[in-house]
Amino acid sequence: MANPTDSLDPLFVPVRRENGEQERISRPALSAFQDSWRRLRQNKAAVISLILLGIMIVLAIVGPWLTKYSYAQTNYSAVYQSPSADHWFGTDKFGRDQWARIWQGTRISLLIAVLAAALDLVVGVAYGAISALKGGKVDNVMQRIIEILIGVPSLIIIILLMMIMKANIFTIMVAMSITGWVGMARLVRAQILKLKQQEFVLAARTLGTSNTQIIFKHLIPNTIGMIVINTMFTIPSAIFTEAFLSFIGLGLQSPQASLGVLIHDGFQTLSSHFYLLLFPALVIVVIMVAFNILGDGLRDALDPRMRK
Amino acid sequence: MAEQGKKKPLVQVEGLKRHFQVGGGKTLKAVDDVSFEIYPGETFGLVGESGCGKSTLGRTLIRLYDATDGKVLFDGEDVHGTKSKTELKALTRRIQMIFQDPYASLNQRMNVEDIIAEGMDAHGLAKNRAERTKRVVELLETVGLNAEHAKRFPHEFSGGQRQRIGIARALAVDPDFIIADEPISALDVSIQAQVVNLLQKLQRERGLTYLFIAHDLSMVKHISDRIGVMYLGGMVELATSDDLFEEPLHPYTQALLTAIPIPDPRLERERKRQLLQGDLPSPIDPPSGCRFRTRCPFATEHCKNKAPEWREVRPNHWVACHLYGSESDRAAMKA
Ligand SMILES: Nc1ncnc2c1ncn2[C@@H]1O[C@H](COP(=O)(O)OP(=O)(O)OP(=O)(O)O)[C@@H](O)[C@H]1O
Ligand SMILES: [Mg+2]
Repeated sequence: MANPTDSLDPLFVPVRRENGEQERISRPALSAFQDSWRRLRQNKAAVISLILLGIMIVLAIVGPWLTKYSYAQTNYSAVYQSPSADHWFGTDKFGRDQWARIWQGTRISLLIAVLAAALDLVVGVAYGAISALKGGKVDNVMQRIIEILIGVPSLIIIILLMMIMKANIFTIMVAMSITGWVGMARLVRAQILKLKQQEFVLAARTLGTSNTQIIFKHLIPNTIGMIVINTMFTIPSAIFTEAFLSFIGLGLQSPQASLGVLIHDGFQTLSSHFYLLLFPALVIVVIMVAFNILGDGLRDALDPRMRK
Repeated sequence: MAEQGKKKPLVQVEGLKRHFQVGGGKTLKAVDDVSFEIYPGETFGLVGESGCGKSTLGRTLIRLYDATDGKVLFDGEDVHGTKSKTELKALTRRIQMIFQDPYASLNQRMNVEDIIAEGMDAHGLAKNRAERTKRVVELLETVGLNAEHAKRFPHEFSGGQRQRIGIARALAVDPDFIIADEPISALDVSIQAQVVNLLQKLQRERGLTYLFIAHDLSMVKHISDRIGVMYLGGMVELATSDDLFEEPLHPYTQALLTAIPIPDPRLERERKRQLLQGDLPSPIDPPSGCRFRTRCPFATEHCKNKAPEWREVRPNHWVACHLYGSESDRAAMKA
C-alpha cells in the first residue's frame, strides 16, 4: 500500500483539520454569573416560581393599601361577609377586611422568615467557616457545642421560649434562630473542609497565594452557591414554623396578622366560612412551593458542571 | 548517568518522615525515613502501589505538609527550617506541582487567565494588566492552547487540555523543580503521550528538574533518568532507569517488573510472573522488621526481626533488603 487512503472506502475520506482546530471551543465565553442566570431562565418551573414570588412580595408590600379598610379595623355590623366588591376576600368574625389582613399577614410572615434566615446565615456561615478554617482544638470544641444543640429537639426550645417571652416578631425570630443556624454551620464547615483538601487549593498554596487570598478567591466563591441554596430552603421552613407556632396559639395574637394567625382563625370556622382558611392557606402553599422550586432551580443553575 | 555523583544535587531528602495522627491515638506512617537526592535537569521517577505514600512524600517536599522528622534541602536551603514568610515564599516559588486530577486541580469558578496568573499575582510578577494577559497568552501557547482560551472556564475543556492548563499555571512562576503527581494517570492513553511529550519538551527548553510520580513502572520507564520504588511509606530500591529494568534487586521491584506485559507474544507467553502474594498491609500497623516481608517469597525469620538498611550495593544502585545486606545479614538470611 503506497498510499493508505487508496484502500479506504470513498465514503470515509479523512477530513483535513486545520492546525489547532481540535482545541477550538464553539461556545461563547460567558461570565459565571451570566451563565447561571441563563440556565435559571431555561428552567420553566423556576421562572414561574420566581414570578409568583415576585407577585406575592409586591402584594405583601402594597396589598394592604389597595383597600380602604385597615387590617385591624373591626366592624361588628359586617361580620362573616362573603367575598364581594367591597370586601374582596370577605370579612372575619370581627368584620375585619380579609384582603388587608392576608397581605398584612404575608408581609409579617415574610419579614419574620427573611430576618430569621438572615440571622441563620450570618451566624451559621461565620460559625461554620471559623470552625473549619481554625481546625484543631477550636473546631473540636465548636463541634461539640453543635452536637449538644442538635441533641435537644429545636421545637421544644422554641415552644419553651415562646411561653416565657412576649409573643412578637422579634421573639419568634430569635426563637427560630437559636437552633436554626446549626444546619447552615454544618454545611459550610463540611464544604470548606472538603475544599481545603482539593487540589486547586493545594495548587494555590504552592503558588504562594496567601491564606486570606485563598479564602476570598477559592473558598468563598465555591461555597456561596451552597449558602444561597440553603437560604432558599430556610425561608419557607421559617414561614412554616411561624405558622405552626401561631396555629397552636404560641405565636402572634389577633388583631396582629400573620399567615399562621389567619390560618388559626380560619380553621375555627372552616365548616361555615371556608374562604377564611382557603385564601391564607393558598398564599402559604404558593410561597413555600415557589421557594422550594426556586431553590432547586438555583442548585442546578449554580453548578458549573450542569453548563451546556 | 554516571557523572551524577559529581554534580551537586538540587533536592536532598534526608530521613524524611511524615506521620498522620489518625483516630484512636494511632499513627499512620505515610512516609517513614526516606532519603534520596535529585540532580538538576534529571527526571526522577517515583513509583509504588496506591497508598504507599507517594503523594504525601511529594507534598512534604514542598511543605504542603510539615515534616514529622528529617530534612529537605532545596538548592542547599532547608525547606522545613524556620523562615520568614517572604523567605519561604521565595523558596517555594521555585518548586511547583502538577496534580493528578484534572477536574479537581482547577477552580471551577475562575477563568483560565485567572487560573494561570494566580502564581504571578501572588508573587507580583506582572507589572500591569496588559503584561499579565500577555504572559498568560504566551504560556497558553507554550502548552499548545491559544489566546482564545483565556476567558474560558475549566469545565469547557477536556481532561488533557485541563492538565495542560495546570502545567501552564505551574510554569507561570518560572520554577526550577516540578513535582508531577501522577499527571497522566487520569487521562486516556492517547492523551497521555501528548502530555508526556509536552513535559519533556519543557524540560529541554527550560532545564526543568522533575519528580515524576506514577503507580506503574511502565509509565516512568522511558522518561526517567533514575527511578525510586516505594513500598508502604519507605523507599526499597533506587537506581538508574536502565539498571532498574535490567537488574532489579529488590523482590518487590522484581515483582512489579514481571507484572508489565512484554510486547512480544512469544516472550510474553514464556514470561514467568512473580505475583505478589497477599494484600497490602495497613500503614497504620506495618509489619515488623522489613515492611515487605509479608509478601516476599524470600522472607525469613531475620526479616521479621530486623529492618534492612538502605545501602548502595552497586554504584548508584541503592536497595533496602537483607539479601544484599552486610555479611552478617546475608549469613542470617541463609540460616
Ligand atoms: N491527610 C491525611 N490524613 C491521614 N492519612 C493520610 C492523609 N493523607 C494521606 N494519608 C494516608 O497516607 C497513606 C499514603 O497516602 P498517599 O496519598 O501519599 O498515597 P499515594 O501513594 O499517593 O497513593 P495514590 O497512588 O492512591 O495516590 C495512605 O494510607 C493514606 O490513607
Ligand atoms: Mg497519590
